[in-house]
Amino acid sequence: MKNIAQTFIFFFLLVLIWAGITGDLDFLGIHCTLWSPYVLPSPSLVAQYLWDNTLNGKLPLSMLITLRRLLIGYAIGLIIGVPLGMLAARFRMMRNTVGVLGLGFQGLPSVCWVPLACIWFGQTEAALLFVVIMGTLWSVLLSTENGIRNVPPIYARAARTMGSSPIHTLLFVTLPASAPFVVSGMKQGWAFAWRSLMAAEIYVSVISGFGIGQYLHYGRELQRMHQVVGVMFIIILVGLLADKLIFSPVEMWLHRRWGTARD
Amino acid sequence: MTDNATHPELHDYPTARLSVEHVTKTFETQGGTVVALQDVSISIREGEFVCFVGPSGCGKSTLLNIIAGLEKPDSGRALINGTPITEPGRDRLVMFQEHALFPWLDVIGNVMFGLKQKPNLNNHERLEVAKYYLYLVKMDNFAHANIHELSGGMKQRVALARSLAPNPKILLMDEPFSALDAMTREQLYGDIQDIWQKRKKTIIFVTHNVRESACLGDRVLLFTPHPGRIREEFEVSLPRPRNINDHDLADLSQRITAALKGYNQANECD
Repeated sequence: MKNIAQTFIFFFLLVLIWAGITGDLDFLGIHCTLWSPYVLPSPSLVAQYLWDNTLNGKLPLSMLITLRRLLIGYAIGLIIGVPLGMLAARFRMMRNTVGVLGLGFQGLPSVCWVPLACIWFGQTEAALLFVVIMGTLWSVLLSTENGIRNVPPIYARAARTMGSSPIHTLLFVTLPASAPFVVSGMKQGWAFAWRSLMAAEIYVSVISGFGIGQYLHYGRELQRMHQVVGVMFIIILVGLLADKLIFSPVEMWLHRRWGTARD
Repeated sequence: MTDNATHPELHDYPTARLSVEHVTKTFETQGGTVVALQDVSISIREGEFVCFVGPSGCGKSTLLNIIAGLEKPDSGRALINGTPITEPGRDRLVMFQEHALFPWLDVIGNVMFGLKQKPNLNNHERLEVAKYYLYLVKMDNFAHANIHELSGGMKQRVALARSLAPNPKILLMDEPFSALDAMTREQLYGDIQDIWQKRKKTIIFVTHNVRESACLGDRVLLFTPHPGRIREEFEVSLPRPRNINDHDLADLSQRITAALKGYNQANECD
């Protein structure tokens, strides 16, 4: 309860200051407008934008389009990344080849793939997905490899003496044993996927659907800064919700099981 | 859950005799070749409790691993009921020095792990069997605890239940109590003798604690290193259950220690 109160008060004060310097508190006799609304829009302008465009369905529709891209791209990244990471952990040859490739590409911000993606796939969904996959794949691959290589060998020995076949050992011992690493890799992959998609949507206009990144882009083109800030809010909110609703509970469970919980 | 659990699986007492014939095993290390075992032969009866005792590097754990099928000898062979051992098998379960319990499973999940791979049991029967063994090691109140919540002694009790649950013919124990405090160990000495008499298994118990070996074994095999071989055998005919503080045990462990010292002195003269 104390945690929630602290967070709430902090954000309340933050918005209060923001409102104070953008003229939203005029009714209290505080006349202070440091910047014009197209430099820093006031909270009420942003709230108005979010409210109107939620009611008229534009934002919910664009959210659907964006989340669909994110989930598909992320899922493909996992489906390729986890098995490749397992192979890289198991075979030195894979580590020396795909492992090093992953290390290199992980250091490359995935927005750098946008020019090539546009030439290869055109202004299509595929181009956006490609950028998201490139953002997800490598960090998932590396953390899976790292996780599996950190599994104490005694687990596999114990399983073998209890009659586990190599496949059974991989699925029911090595994989669950590496879960803490793999999950933190999946979380990192999710963060990368989300960043990649926003970068891609800002750069690439696709006829097949207007994602929220594209709303941000046109907000800039039209000097509608309340739209830009409104979309930024949504992007932050999606990141927070994914963490609090999906990853945090899984991590909590892992920590409790493994005995690594912090307060 | 009580002693009169009903499942037929629990009234099956498989056991096996074991023989080791001229086993030699060497390791390459940075300091050169180490002869872990040189021409070691043993014969172990059905249901016998045998202790391997000796200083570190004497090959006792290596021999245990060979019997477990986790390592292969350079020459010679190990046989269970006359059949050569080539790989790990459910008939010979190992209990390690570190508990090696799986932290992603709870206590009962760990005990079920080996059972789940045993055919001809359904899940309900497996649960009954697992609960019986938790009762046997006095951990039935902790079936759904997480592994990290247990003390060292409780972890080893769960590890013992996990090794017993698939009903192996032979139980291989690799210094299972060496990381525990003395009081916990004393309790476990009593419990392991009790369980051995109830489940009638062949047990090989590896330790570097002479007194422990004298307390538990029907027979104590003293190993010495460089090269690893069996130096002497001691039959222990003291009545059970034995207590680690018994006077008769003190005499015996003195004899074993003397034999070990004799070896050390002979080596220093070389």
